Amino acid sequence: MIIEIGHFALVLALFVAVVQAAVPMAGAQRGDAAWMAVARPAALAQFLLVAVAFGCLTHAFVTSDFSVLNVAQNSHSTKPMLYKVSGVWGNHEGSMLLWVLILAVFGCAVALFGRNLPPGLRSRALAIQGLISVGFLLFILFTSNPFARLLPAARDGQGLNPLLQDPGLAFHPPFLYLGYVGFSMAFSFAIAALIEGRVDAAWARWVRPWTLAAWSFLTVGIGLGSWWAYYELGWGGFWFWDPVENASFMPWLAGTALLHSSIVVEKRDTMKAWTVFLAIVAFSLSLLGTFLVRSGVLTSVHAFATDPKRGVFILILLIIVIGGSLALFAWRGPQLKSTGLFQPVSREGALLLNNLMMTVGTAVVLLGTLYPLFTDAMTGGQSKVSVGAPFYNAVFVPLMIPMIAAMAVGPMLSWKRGDLGAALTRLWLACAAAAVAVAVTWLVQTGGSVLGLIGVLFAAWLAVGTLVELAERVRLFRAPAGESLRRLARLPRAAWGMTLAHFGLAVVVAGITGAGVWKVESIQAMKPGDSVDVAGYTYTFHGAQEHQGPNYSALRGKFTVSRGGEPVVDLWPEKRVYTVRAMPTTEAAIHPTFWGDLYAVVGDAQPGGSFVTRLYFNPLVGWMWAGGLIMVLGGVLSLSDRRYRVGAPTRRRVPAGAAARA
Amino acid sequence: MRRIAVLLLLALALWAPAAGAVEPAEKLADPALESRAREISQVLRCVVCQNQSIDDSNAELAHDMRLLVRERLVKGESNQQVIDYMVSRYGDFVLLKPPVKAKTYALWFGPLALFLIAVAVAVVFVRRRAAATAAAPAPLSDDERRRLDELMKGGDR
Repeated sequence: MIIEIGHFALVLALFVAVVQAAVPMAGAQRGDAAWMAVARPAALAQFLLVAVAFGCLTHAFVTSDFSVLNVAQNSHSTKPMLYKVSGVWGNHEGSMLLWVLILAVFGCAVALFGRNLPPGLRSRALAIQGLISVGFLLFILFTSNPFARLLPAARDGQGLNPLLQDPGLAFHPPFLYLGYVGFSMAFSFAIAALIEGRVDAAWARWVRPWTLAAWSFLTVGIGLGSWWAYYELGWGGFWFWDPVENASFMPWLAGTALLHSSIVVEKRDTMKAWTVFLAIVAFSLSLLGTFLVRSGVLTSVHAFATDPKRGVFILILLIIVIGGSLALFAWRGPQLKSTGLFQPVSREGALLLNNLMMTVGTAVVLLGTLYPLFTDAMTGGQSKVSVGAPFYNAVFVPLMIPMIAAMAVGPMLSWKRGDLGAALTRLWLACAAAAVAVAVTWLVQTGGSVLGLIGVLFAAWLAVGTLVELAERVRLFRAPAGESLRRLARLPRAAWGMTLAHFGLAVVVAGITGAGVWKVESIQAMKPGDSVDVAGYTYTFHGAQEHQGPNYSALRGKFTVSRGGEPVVDLWPEKRVYTVRAMPTTEAAIHPTFWGDLYAVVGDAQPGGSFVTRLYFNPLVGWMWAGGLIMVLGGVLSLSDRRYRVGAPTRRRVPAGAAARA
Repeated sequence: MRRIAVLLLLALALWAPAAGAVEPAEKLADPALESRAREISQVLRCVVCQNQSIDDSNAELAHDMRLLVRERLVKGESNQQVIDYMVSRYGDFVLLKPPVKAKTYALWFGPLALFLIAVAVAVVFVRRRAAATAAAPAPLSDDERRRLDELMKGGDR
């Protein structure tokens, strides 16, 4: 019964979405306030209905109702509660429902907090949200119904993929979707602005908090994903340039560009059409990301054909959304006139450079991700190409180096007309720090890899450069200490956000460099009592025992680690076999330290009582996620800035009626 | 619907790499040869996996391919000869860094072309804006004029 209520609520949500898409838009075009006012209650109703549907599906998972096909295929009665709940979105149908739920949450947020938005813009943006919702609800109801019944009911479920039974991966998809769907807000505002034919500073201020929120969520999602890969895949890798990862990385790159270009729109009233274009691109890539991962098209183009209904629906949806919005952009975009003056050497010039690099970077990743599909489709599968990590290292990384170099300089330039020489002079400390860091690295590292030196150079340059900018802002050492402190306390949170985000990236760069270049590895067969030295630590193996988990059995090994005779830590790596799907997973034992992670994995038993063991020292690897967290903290701080609080800004110089009339 | 679920599972299963790849038994006694083998393994794709190198994959085939690489190295072949041999056996598909040929021109030269186009667009944009503002400084808006008037009055007082 509850399942039918969920299904019914979803159908109702579709009807509400149709109303939300049509009535407020028509109202805004006709200037009819009553019609425009429909947007708010519609968005709220939409949220309630989708939430009911989502709640019903969650109920089915929690109570293990195996008369529901989706539950029977993706859950099992012995699964821990956390994974029963995360199982709701651990499958295609449920994840689509989560997508729509998040979309409804964002729509609801605009309806509730967007009181200060001009009614025309608000109702148009909500109508676009409704339109997106219609597309997704149709997709769910006609091709991916999570409420389909299974008759007769199954005795027990088939279990959730063991790889997904992990806290990191349980929350990875919701964060990614919060990011993807967050960009739909920027998209809806962009389309609304195109229809109105106007983009101004106030518009940019409304778009920024949504973009920031989406960007922060997406950063968390990507971080969780790579962290999961790091400890679950069992050899310390964290980023593979896998198409599935690229799918989430592309919207992040485009969103980062959007974040920066909207600052230019707000402060300098220029780059307007470009910002609107970026908003469209960021959301289009989010859609592409959602579907690329879900359609199976990445494994092979031909997977698309095995379920033509779903595949064709996805294609049509993508063509309508991306094609339609780009066509609208081509038609109305040229009307968005910029007024601000623009000198290349200036803050806006630096932001333009950021946009240039980020966009080309996005395009390169897109090219690399889709290229194998193109050649496969063009040659009918006769000639296949692989595009893997070596390609991206050769093409993407060189693009990012000049950007990071410029990142330290950009914030030191003033708006309108910057003084590059003066900025560089003030960055002498960053120069010195980078030189010292490189020298120290060169002395410490044996075997001398140039890549390590380059990574350290830019990480130090960016980190210290960012701090120098902060010091300049508060006039450290130039004004009395008390004055500097006062300035520090009064610094707007958005400025803190920038400082933290840039500093965080420097930490990430250091982490990637360390883990990529100086990793130490030792693979061998060990008998209980054997010892191995890895990066100055001595690992003694004490054998492995069988061990029973709630829904898996495990082989659990024990290592004691010592350094110079002093005990450091005991490590307990596991190799699990999940009973229901008979699938093995590795649980690495990790001991994080400031300079790197001790990382131990136990493998198969060998004849003669020994076990395969893999021991690693992953230098600086934790910095990567720490840096990611610092970036997210920057995003959140900036989001909490009073000036950007949702709906706070008001449009100046525009009489109240004008927006509605436009 | 079933079929796509099966496909998805299959994809996940292929992609699901349990513990790292290289097995102790595969390793060559000579550390120099072994490190060359690892270097080569990182640019070769495990042809049944999703974008994984044979160095990262624990699939059965990756294991065989790693052994094959080591076999050729022990015979005294250079890195390039080993890679060429693998290409002759599995095709270009085996290379994670695709070779530069007609069918990959767009892939290899696309990024440079995109970069140049982006730079050109940016330069045109900046020049046009600079020219536009040099030719005609933006006239004062009503708001600014009012503010200016206020300031002027303030100066008189």
